[in-house]
Amino acid sequence: MSEELLRVEHLKQYFPIRSGFKTLQLKAVDDVSFTINAGETLGLVGESGCGKTTVGRSVLRLYKPTGGKVIFDGTEVTDRNIKGMRRRMQMVFQDPYSSLDPRMKVENIIGEPLDVHGLYSSKEERREKVLKLMELVGLNAEHATRYVHEFSGGQRQRIGIARALAVDPSFIVCDEAVSALDVSIQAQVINMFEDLQKQLGVAYLFIAHDLLVVQHISKRIAVMYLGHIVEVADSYELMSSPIHPYTESLLSAVPIPDPKTARNMKRIVLEGDVPSPLKMPSGCPFRTRCRYCTERCAAETPELTDRGNGHFCACWEK
Amino acid sequence: MADEQRLLSVQHLCTSFFTDNGEVHAVNDVSFDLDKGKILGIVGESGSGKSVTAYTVMQILADTAKVRSGHIFFRGEDLLTWPERKMRAFRGKRCSIIFQDPMTSLNPVFTIGYQLCEAIRLHTDRKGDEVKARAIEMLRLVGINDPDKRLKQYPFEHSGGMRQRVMIAMALACEPDILIADEPTTALDVTIQAQILELMQDLQKQLGMAIILVTHDLGVIAEMCDEIIVLYGGRVCERGTADEIFYNPCHEYTKGLLRSIPSVSTMYERLVPISGTPINMLNLPKGCAFCTRCDEAMQICIESVPDELVINENHKAACWCNVRDRKAKEASAE
Ligand SMILES: Nc1ncnc2c1ncn2[C@@H]1O[C@H](COP(=O)(O)OP(=O)(O)OP(=O)(O)O)[C@@H](O)[C@H]1O
Ligand SMILES: Nc1ncnc2c1ncn2[C@@H]1O[C@H](COP(=O)(O)OP(=O)(O)OP(=O)(O)O)[C@@H](O)[C@H]1O
Ligand SMILES: [Mg+2]
Ligand SMILES: [Mg+2]
Repeated sequence: MSEELLRVEHLKQYFPIRSGFKTLQLKAVDDVSFTINAGETLGLVGESGCGKTTVGRSVLRLYKPTGGKVIFDGTEVTDRNIKGMRRRMQMVFQDPYSSLDPRMKVENIIGEPLDVHGLYSSKEERREKVLKLMELVGLNAEHATRYVHEFSGGQRQRIGIARALAVDPSFIVCDEAVSALDVSIQAQVINMFEDLQKQLGVAYLFIAHDLLVVQHISKRIAVMYLGHIVEVADSYELMSSPIHPYTESLLSAVPIPDPKTARNMKRIVLEGDVPSPLKMPSGCPFRTRCRYCTERCAAETPELTDRGNGHFCACWEK
Repeated sequence: MADEQRLLSVQHLCTSFFTDNGEVHAVNDVSFDLDKGKILGIVGESGSGKSVTAYTVMQILADTAKVRSGHIFFRGEDLLTWPERKMRAFRGKRCSIIFQDPMTSLNPVFTIGYQLCEAIRLHTDRKGDEVKARAIEMLRLVGINDPDKRLKQYPFEHSGGMRQRVMIAMALACEPDILIADEPTTALDVTIQAQILELMQDLQKQLGMAIILVTHDLGVIAEMCDEIIVLYGGRVCERGTADEIFYNPCHEYTKGLLRSIPSVSTMYERLVPISGTPINMLNLPKGCAFCTRCDEAMQICIESVPDELVINENHKAACWCNVRDRKAKEASAE
């Protein structure tokens, strides 16, 4: 039933960093490939600064990728055709407070993308569309004439989502979209994402720190380290039997909301610091902190290889 | 007070904000004790009064705020009666706080090193080179690499997570008796979070430091806390040991909260959020604050505030359902 919607091939995103007289390349994303099917959710996790947001932004061409291809619904995304495609690819940001204009009424915040893309023929039609979107995300019609500061964090996040949905996207990048919310409101918003997926068939790239949340919403999860994807698998498979040593240590750091489990948990604490993306280690990016590291890891970069059941891992030793 | 172990005892604390729209009843009759070397967790919905409770202990509230009643005993002395001078010595030296929002709590015009060294000089007996050595040691402890270089940088040159770690270093550098940590790790990723939590636990064990940990991350709470208080609408709705709260929740709000956490075992199921909207603190309901969102609400819940009922020696809850169930049990026993 599901067909491929997004294919990312060897995506590279380097940022030039001036250092004295030299310009260094900061390799924020280095050779990342993945696919997402229509109506599917891919979770993206990894340490702060590993390049998750950059992947999202490059896929939407908010940055011009340094290398690689993004193929959306069968067409390669280029500078020339991105304008037409942007309607179908949207992003929901982490911070519901700063990403919405405080001087605008809610109906105009949600209506703005409709204006930009000219998606209505009369004022009534615009209003109707806005109200329908608000209903979709669980806001009342009476909220339409209010301002953002009159809403709670969860409600603001809904406004941001309604705005992203206004143009009928088939793909949304959710960058830490629920991280700022408290647990019970977070549950509401996650349910809403899932409902929208069922109703409208939207696909998500879901970026978050909280692995329990990612695991709940995603069909598959990709783990990033220093600009590389080191492991991808079905989310249950990944959570229960991780292969990559980095994934292992990441999972062991997740605080489990169960006191007995928490007391008996053994952390795999990583030695050393995350290398600077300006000075990438040779070979495997994780080798400087890996307890299984061998000579081969320093010499050659491991590729993602199929370990069965759609489980891919990039590691020489595991 | 004779009890050597008892550092802090908060009794019947009420704090309000007087705003143009009326009185915001942020904290309503909150009591708790904190012993040496213990970690007390405060959980509750956004807006339930967690931060205001912490700020009241530190006496760092906005001008519009007023402590309407109650006592805060530190080693037996009510600090609400202290002059500001004495309070200033208390802050930092005896009790330090890690703020929820690290962006606003570092001064942008001074280097990290200056701010950290200043705090160490002010609140400890260290002098001269010891101060800088301590600053470097603390930055290393919170997982910041190249601490010598970092000391010379300004806050804007650090990522959010790094600024948060600098704040933590600053609070811990002074070896306070009590550390108040208000959402200390929310901005951090799990790996660094684990590192910071471990550091806090180490210091608590080594120095006998007591910690008040405010967070809505129930995973962090489960891992860290000896005792937990659950706030709703500025009131303590439930308190107890971690095991009691997680395995035997007795207040409908706590039950709802625990139900809404995603977990590996429920990954294919729909999450169960708490329905309804948060209460309006300007206009607290007459009865139980949670009753408008509670599936079990009875007439009495609307009419009067439930007292805390002893469930067992490690557990109390303020919910009329417990009273009802207990009566039913007694009746059937007869
Ligand atoms: N516009 C930019 N210019 C230069 N460097 C950048 C830019 N955006 C990101 N970076 C760098 O690229 C790397 C990846 O950043 P990114 O924001 O993608 O990380 P992330 O995985 O989203 O982290 P977090 O979990 O903290 O949000 C970081 O080292 C960051 O400093
Ligand atoms: N300066 C202020 N003026 C008026 N009301 C305030 C002020 N500060 C806090 N409040 C109100 O006091 C109540 C308790 O706020 P508090 O900051 O303690 O919540 P919290 O439990 O820490 O929430 P969060 O999890 O969002 O940090 C809220 O209803 C809030 O709106
Ligand atoms: Mg990011
Ligand atoms: Mg707070």
